[in-house]
Formats: sequence, C-alpha cells, structure tokens
Amino acid sequence: MQWDTEFAISILPRLMEGVIVTIQATLLGAVLAFTLGLLLAVGRLVSGPVPSKCLYWGGEFIRRTPLLVQLYFLFYLLPEIGIVLSPLVAGVIGIGLHYSTYTAEVYRAGIENVDRGQWEAARALNYPPAQTWTKVIIPQAVPPMIPALANYLITMFKETPLLSAITVIELMNSARIVANQTYRYIEPITMVGLFFLAVSIPSVLLSLWLENRFARQD
Amino acid sequence: MNDNTMISFENASKSYGALQVLRNLNFHVDPGEKISLIGPSGSGKTTILRILMTLESLTSGYVLVDGQQLWHEEKQGQLVPASEKHLQNVRADIGMVFQHFNLFPHLSVLKNVTEPQRISRGVAAPEAKEAAVELLEMVGLGDKLDHYPGQLSGGQKQRVAIARALALKPRIMLFDEPTSALDPELVSEVLNVMRKLAHETDMTMLLVTHEMSFAREFSDRVIFFDKGVIVEQGAPEQIFQNPCEERTRNFLHKFIA
Ligand SMILES: Nc1ncnc2c1ncn2[C@@H]1O[C@H](COP(=O)(O)OP(=O)(O)OP(=O)(O)O)[C@@H](O)[C@H]1O
Ligand SMILES: [Mg+2]
Repeated sequence: MQWDTEFAISILPRLMEGVIVTIQATLLGAVLAFTLGLLLAVGRLVSGPVPSKCLYWGGEFIRRTPLLVQLYFLFYLLPEIGIVLSPLVAGVIGIGLHYSTYTAEVYRAGIENVDRGQWEAARALNYPPAQTWTKVIIPQAVPPMIPALANYLITMFKETPLLSAITVIELMNSARIVANQTYRYIEPITMVGLFFLAVSIPSVLLSLWLENRFARQD
Repeated sequence: MNDNTMISFENASKSYGALQVLRNLNFHVDPGEKISLIGPSGSGKTTILRILMTLESLTSGYVLVDGQQLWHEEKQGQLVPASEKHLQNVRADIGMVFQHFNLFPHLSVLKNVTEPQRISRGVAAPEAKEAAVELLEMVGLGDKLDHYPGQLSGGQKQRVAIARALALKPRIMLFDEPTSALDPELVSEVLNVMRKLAHETDMTMLLVTHEMSFAREFSDRVIFFDKGVIVEQGAPEQIFQNPCEERTRNFLHKFIA
C-alpha cells in the first residue's frame, strides 16, 4: 500500500469532525473528573468514618476495573433499567467518573500537604468550616496539584479512542469509518497517530513547565 | 467563684492517651490582667492556650470564659459537651498569636487582616480595610500592605499576625512564645508591639514565654508550671526575686546563668 497525499487531504475534513468530538469528550470528561474528584476527596475528609469508607471502596472499585467495561456498562446496560444515554454523554460520564477516582487521590494528597497551622489559624480566627475550605485550604492545596492534574488531562485525552467502542464518532472512529468505506488504512490511521503525537509532545513540554512553575517551594 | 472573672480553669485535666499533661488545674484570670506562663518544656503551657482557643479539647473539668462554659453548654439543666456552634460563639472573644505565625501565605498582608474580619465578623469591605490599615500602621507595617508573607522577615510576619488577631477585636489575647522562632535581632520589634498593647488596651492577655525579662515588665502576675501543675504564682517581682519554691528557683537559675 502506498501513501497517497491527495487522498489524505481529501479525508481531512471528515477526520476534523472526529477531532472536534475527541476534544469535546476530553474537556467535558476532564471538567467532570476534576470537580467530582474534589467532591470525593473533600467528602472523604469531612464525612464520618462509615461514609468515608464507602467512598473509599467505591473509588477503589471504579479505579480497579477497566474503563472499557465501565463504558459498556453505561452505554449498553443502563438502558435495560431505563436510563438511555447518548454515546457522547455516556463516554463523558465514563471518562469523568473513572478519572475522578485518580484526581481525588491528587486532591487528597494536596490537602494533606497544607500545614496544620493553617487549619489552626482558621479556627482561631473563627472561620466557619465552609470558608476554612474555600478561603484557606483549597487555595493553598491546588497550585501544587496542577502538574499532576495536567498529566491526567493528557491521559484522558489519550484514552478517548476507547469511546469508539460505544459508537462515539471521535477521531479514531471516524478514521475507522473512512477506512472501511475506502479500504485504505494507511492514511487515516497514520493521521490519527500524528494528531495524537502533535498534541502529546507539546503537552509533555507544558507539563514540565507546570512542574517547575507550581512545584512546592518549601 | 468571683463573678468578675475573665478566665477560670476548674479542675481542668488534659491527657493524651496515657500521658497526663494537665492535672486538676485551678486558676482564675481577672479582666484586663496580663499573665505570663513560664515553666520547663513539656510542662503544658501551650496546651493551656490551645484549650482556650478550642484547638484542643478538655479531658475533664471545666473552663469558663467571662462566666460562660467554654467546652460545655447547658441543655435542659445539664452540662453537656459543647456543640460547634457554642464553641464558635465563645471563641469569638479570643485571639491567638502562634509561635510560627501561621499567616495565610496566599494572601497579601492587607488581605490577611481584612479577610478574617469579613468572614467571621461580617464587616463590610471599606470598614475592614480601614481597620486593617490602622492596625498595620500601629504595628509599623503601613508600608507593606501589598507584600506577601513570603516577602517578610519573621519579626514582620509576627507583627502582621498580631494585627490579624486584633482585627477581630478579641477581649482575650493568647501569645504562644511569639518570639521564639525569630532571629535574636528581630525579637525586640515584636516585644515593642506587645508592650504597647499591654499598656494601651484593657485586653486580658496570656503570654507563654521564655523571655524572662519581658515577662517581668509585661505581666501583672506570673504563673510557674511544671508537669501540668501550678508550682507557684505571684507578682513578677516576687517570682523573679523571691521565689518560694525550690523548683522555681532551679528553673529561673538556668536563665540567669
Ligand atoms: N497532640 C499531642 N499528642 C500527644 N502528646 C502531646 C500532644 N501535644 C502535646 N503533647 C505533649 O503534652 C506535653 C505538654 O505539651 P505542651 O506543648 O503544652 O508543653 P509546653 O509547656 O508548651 O512546652 P514547650 O516549652 O516545649 O513549648 C508534652 O509532653 C507534649 O509532648
Ligand atoms: Mg509550648
């Protein structure tokens, strides 16, 4: 099989549609993973021992099972109990939920790294619990977490091709469709690889930069 | 018990597991009184302040602040352990200055002093700022409003911490070795501020310190602790010149030598 540049250019618009869905799925999944992870981490710290254990085991369960299985569950099994999700929504929930168990660990470590004296100062200044979190702890805990969170963002991005298994027409799936219709694999699949590389290399540089910028100074 | 008492410890005890840190402690502090707590390391001085600031709970006994139970509240004629709400009410009268400052590193000096007023006393922004600027000028940091704690010396940090605590208008101020984390040449700038507070305000003050000469001029009364009990207390002249107890003498000797 020979590389055909003209053909490659001709399928570019169709692949771009896939790119947009890939980016959508990554960003929406990340927003979900980052917020849900924070709620999980704070929830574990403020709730009693029993709910905290439940959150812990729930998180472990999600983390220790493959994302692909979870995607099948969300898309193919939930309709059996009357919950029908569009492929993209199921995919975003799947990625977001799965990676929230990882980001929760990042948040937990970040929160535990805040000096005990900060909690005590907040108490001595009579801060209510909510403001102790929002005005004292979280603003200090988050900057050192940024590099780790950015790494999970890149990982989520690289995992989006899994969504093709639940019929989301993201980049990988659009390439597969093109290939099936034209019987040419070399151009679409190479272009998918190049696209992921083109995003991954700068993001590695970005995460190195973040590492320097936000690493704890003390 | 005297009605006109700002702080009372009544048979107060504190243990960490098997380690008893305070043993049936009884003492009273009058409104406006300036008290120094001295004693060897591990004698329980910090623990007393932390119990008052509600950072540490009591194991048994009672603590009263301005006649109100601190760690208990009355429910249907019975004393029960205090709720968070009750602690919040009583705590509003108390401010604390820590050995390691505990400033908020992500906030400017000005914000360190305005934000607590806004959050825990609901002061409007312009008034909070006005009060903060006035206090920061009082501690000699009127020119550092936009600096961050990381840009300040230890002495400057501790002065910001004092301004921050004062901004909430406490009636009781607790100082836990406020100068012991400072380089020697920075100690006096903090002591000067405290001296001014002692002279110019009627706040009740409890100071834990190893600065004996400052304790002597600052306080109305000095209490010497050892192993969680009060060994001896009295006017500074008496304690420093004429201690009655052997243990006090031995302890003070180390500071003269
Ligand atoms: N959280 C804790 N858990 C266990 N033991 C503790 C805890 N906090 C304090 N202690 C112990 O309680 C005792 C009294 O401590 P405290 O800090 O009140 O002493 P101190 O008089 O302030 O001493 P120093 O002059 O060294 O500051 C010490 O033996 C200390 O090790
Ligand atoms: Mg101490």
